[in-house]
Amino acid sequence: MQFDSWQAFINMGGYGIYVWSSFAGTFLCLGLLALEATWRRSILVREATKQAARAERILRARAAKKQAARKN
Amino acid sequence: MLQANPVSAWKVFKQIIQRDIRVASRQRSDLLNPLIFLLIVVTLFPLGVGPGPDILGRIAPGVIWVSALLSSMLGLERLFRDDFRDGALEQMLLLPVPVEISVFAKIVVHWLLTAVPVLVITPLLALLMNLPIQAWGVLWLTLLLGTPVLSAAGAIGVALTVSLNKGGALLSLLLLPLLIPLLIFATAAVEAAVVGVSPAGPLALIGAFMVLSITLAPFAVKAGLRVSVN
Amino acid sequence: MWRWLHPYAKPEATFALNQKLIPWFAIPGLVLVIVSFVWGLAFAPPDYQQGESYRIIFVHVPSAMWAMGFYVGMAIAGVIALVWQIRTAELAILAIAPVGAVLTFISLFTGAIWGQPMWGTWWVWDARLTAQLILLFLYLGVMALYVAFEDERAGAKAASILAIVGVINIPIIHYSVYWWNTLHQKSTVTRAITRLEAPSIAPEMLWPLLVSILAMLLVCAALVLMRLNNEILRREIHRPWALQHLGISFATTDGEQSGKQENKKDQKGGADAV
Repeated sequence: MQFDSWQAFINMGGYGIYVWSSFAGTFLCLGLLALEATWRRSILVREATKQAARAERILRARAAKKQAARKN
Repeated sequence: MLQANPVSAWKVFKQIIQRDIRVASRQRSDLLNPLIFLLIVVTLFPLGVGPGPDILGRIAPGVIWVSALLSSMLGLERLFRDDFRDGALEQMLLLPVPVEISVFAKIVVHWLLTAVPVLVITPLLALLMNLPIQAWGVLWLTLLLGTPVLSAAGAIGVALTVSLNKGGALLSLLLLPLLIPLLIFATAAVEAAVVGVSPAGPLALIGAFMVLSITLAPFAVKAGLRVSVN
Repeated sequence: MWRWLHPYAKPEATFALNQKLIPWFAIPGLVLVIVSFVWGLAFAPPDYQQGESYRIIFVHVPSAMWAMGFYVGMAIAGVIALVWQIRTAELAILAIAPVGAVLTFISLFTGAIWGQPMWGTWWVWDARLTAQLILLFLYLGVMALYVAFEDERAGAKAASILAIVGVINIPIIHYSVYWWNTLHQKSTVTRAITRLEAPSIAPEMLWPLLVSILAMLLVCAALVLMRLNNEILRREIHRPWALQHLGISFATTDGEQSGKQENKKDQKGGADAV
């Protein structure tokens, strides 16, 4: 450990703002990339679920219609 | 009209050059406008930074070269655009000669039509920018060696963007970063001549760029055209 | 090698492989990020010239290195896409480019922040910074060209060609910028920078740096794979294998025949992959 206290660690020998802002910026950029990827994935899943449900409804309705026609 | 005997590549090369010169001679404004643009941009610099001859002389190589780069971007699109619109480009890809030959012919024509006028007015530009007289010859030489690079690299960019409706700004975005080495060495050569040092090194490098670009570009252009025309 | 690679030309095989690989990249990557940053920030000794400010190196150098590395990777994907016409490689360009551009941006951003206390300005026309800025432009050009086409596959091929032309140009740009920099080196600031590079780095600093370089690679590779899987999913979302993978029940009465065939093929592809 190079630093005696938390205070010194945050301060970074007077360069705290530069060091911490560059680390924060890096994490922010990479984090945004990761967030964007998971967000897009969840949108895709949601849309696919919707579409699959819709296709199933249509098929069921079609089958019902066919059955009704056969009965008649 | 079907020809029984095989078409010679040299004949195709000559005919593309003749045809393109004829087409260009019917739309002269297309050729004149980039030239006028170049003159105006060079005129703007003394107005912007002040007319002191020492400042102008110092920034002259950079200004003239940057202006030449920008003005060449303006006229580049007509390298393939009209041919793409009227379908001639598709025919060119179907010719029974290597596409690289036809592409090379297009590049040569483009150089003749756009770079030669720039080479003619270079002394005027040097005069306007107060370039020391001992550097005029080197400036002319850098343009002579560098403009083929512009035409060849430009052909790659145009081949990739010709099928897009709004390719103009995109074309500059693609090409200008790739042309930075040319700018660096061209201005370095002229600056060396201004100072009185031998400009042979940068000039040789520009010559190498020229050889590299005109030998490799036709292959990339061919691939790009295949993507754009399908 | 072809026999080994060929199954991955099928999007579903790549998707399954990526899905398996992502945790193997992401988890060690995150662990190593924490290890290297704690090591670098708290335990590595301060630099005798720059004091504590040099600690920015642990994000600056890895991002700068992989900004270049990912561009080469993108160009290789471009070659594969052009030569073998593999769809997955085309999508890989779209997955790599934004990650590479963000890495380039990070290296410029941290470089500027580092420059402020050391050189007194945010931006110096230092050769390295300039070359990195041009690399950012190259990335932007590839992405802009990709999305400019209406036909996506044409866009992918155009972007591949541009990436390859760019990768031939990168060494030329690099050397020209370095040469230009030495030619124009008039300010004492830039001289100070080059002098700072001269002393070789102490091993106590080198080790955390190497770990941080590896960590950045793993994390960014995981990001690329995540993006690649998103791109694959977006194109294949209506295919039975995709729905099956996502655990979505799908109607089979209509397209039963084709659906079954797809599944069989999928299993076969998976077996080959293993």
